[in-house]
Amino acid sequence: MNRITSAMMELMSMDELSRDSSFVHARNPLAKLIVTIIYIVAVLSFDITNLTGLIPMVLIPVVLFSLSGIEIRVCFYKLRIILPLIIFIGIWNPILNRTSALDLGLFVLTEGTLSFLTLLLKSLLALMMSFILVATTGIDGICAGLRRIHVPSIIVSLILITYRYISLLLTEAETLVTAYTLRAPGQKGVHVSAWGSFLGQLLLRSMDRANELYGSMRLRGFTGEFHYADNDKIDGTDILFTLICLIVIVGFRIVNISRLIGGIFI
Amino acid sequence: MHMADALLAPTVAATMYAASGITTGLSVAKLNKEDITEKLPVMGVMSAFVFAGQMINYTIPGTGSSGHMCGGMMLSALLGPQAGFVSMAVILLIQCLFFADGGLMAYGANVWNMAFYGCFIGYYLIYRPIMNSNIKNARVKISLASILGCVITLQLGAFSVCIETLASGITELPFAAFVGLMQPIHLAIGLVEGLVTAALLIFVYETRPELLAGVNEMNATDRMSLKKVLIILSVAVLLIGGIGSQFASSNPDGLEWSLFGNEESGYSANMGLDEEDYGVSSSLANASAAVTEATAFLPDYAFSNDSENPVGTTVSGILGSAIVAVVAAFICFLTGRKRKTVNE
Repeated sequence: MNRITSAMMELMSMDELSRDSSFVHARNPLAKLIVTIIYIVAVLSFDITNLTGLIPMVLIPVVLFSLSGIEIRVCFYKLRIILPLIIFIGIWNPILNRTSALDLGLFVLTEGTLSFLTLLLKSLLALMMSFILVATTGIDGICAGLRRIHVPSIIVSLILITYRYISLLLTEAETLVTAYTLRAPGQKGVHVSAWGSFLGQLLLRSMDRANELYGSMRLRGFTGEFHYADNDKIDGTDILFTLICLIVIVGFRIVNISRLIGGIFI
Repeated sequence: MHMADALLAPTVAATMYAASGITTGLSVAKLNKEDITEKLPVMGVMSAFVFAGQMINYTIPGTGSSGHMCGGMMLSALLGPQAGFVSMAVILLIQCLFFADGGLMAYGANVWNMAFYGCFIGYYLIYRPIMNSNIKNARVKISLASILGCVITLQLGAFSVCIETLASGITELPFAAFVGLMQPIHLAIGLVEGLVTAALLIFVYETRPELLAGVNEMNATDRMSLKKVLIILSVAVLLIGGIGSQFASSNPDGLEWSLFGNEESGYSANMGLDEEDYGVSSSLANASAAVTEATAFLPDYAFSNDSENPVGTTVSGILGSAIVAVVAAFICFLTGRKRKTVNE
């Protein structure tokens, strides 16, 4: 599967997931946005060597995944995007910092290894929480939430237009790439002699399409502002959901649950 | 170059959000003064175009690998810097939300690193001065503007990634070693992106020149001479090279440190290797070292005869930047010449 098809599939799968119905899907986008941001801030604020304190934070996204009916493994596929940079930056820690953090005789855990593992876990947790937000909210819900917190109308409208046109232009790009590949079998990408004209054709078509879009929007009375149905009021369940999540996040951040549980047995 | 959430401390993420937020606010305020009803659909479709365009791979001649286009410079050239910046911010948000490319907390940093430099620094300090210069050949102008724009703004973005990661206390890698790893990688990426952007903009210039924002807006009296353009670029090179090199550490870089340690700074020799003995015992290695010593006119980024001199480090930085600029300009020249030959 090439990159274009893969991107289209990812967009479609996220759209499908957001159309399901569950307790998490039904929550107000703003409530989910607040919980997600507070959760990620809490995760990032953990010390780079505090792996034991960070581990219980896994429970929050796991519970939300479970409540939404979405399989956790679906989001692991997206790790391929962020892992290279994380590994590139984090892999030096075990090499450069060999100070012993835990000496068990046969096995010595260094501070560098500990910080690298913490870094990997932080990436995974941030990804899981962002994924659950988008997979249970969808683009329309996110944009409605952004308008509610007074993000400028131009940005929200632009997100909606861009999102809708991405699929269309990806399809056009795929057609172009397929046509090119059939004429140049075995070639890894577009040859240097066609760099300008290849992408340029797509650009000119896009510009023409943008002008047609502008014309049709003007004919329907577009004045620069999109209007949304105001049917996403925050109810009591949303407030309760937000409060419970925030209490749990803050609790897990302040109290080292792993140490607490371990202390019971030792 | 997308930063991930885990690489940032909350304070750094918040600072970058504030910086990007202010820039977005100012850009939106500027756009709201214009007729946005006309610009909005164009911005939306162009953002989607950049997104789709980034998925197409371009074969890099002679390497067997491939690269893709640069969005910021191209959007600024076609839409103007403010609209280009807002469009890039939207592309980055969609990439972050739907493709996990970046992260919600790292979004502010990503907008700054990839959209701000490309759209504002790249447009106002590089693209526009070159496009308004009195260089006669339009292809040369576009190539120079695109390649220098992409290379310099990507270098600035990569440098910001290093500073943000360092400020977050994420990596044990010394700053100088981190910069030493990041900058050359992004130099190569910037060159490829610059060439792809140049090829695209030349195509647009030849088929629909009216689409290139601001290129034909200035009249002849406003045009900047080539001399002025070169002076501006030289000052930029001196500033970036000079200031950047002050950050260069006198400590050994990460690889040297991990192999030999730095006992003067209190570190033990990590792998028990002696820098004087290790690897230089063979006659071939001795000969190689002698040749390197003799030919390196700026060993360890300082003057050959005075390694303690900090001025040497600064001059090395400036010279290095100048060499990069010359190489970029030379590639532009070759590309323009090749295209001319093909057309004839």
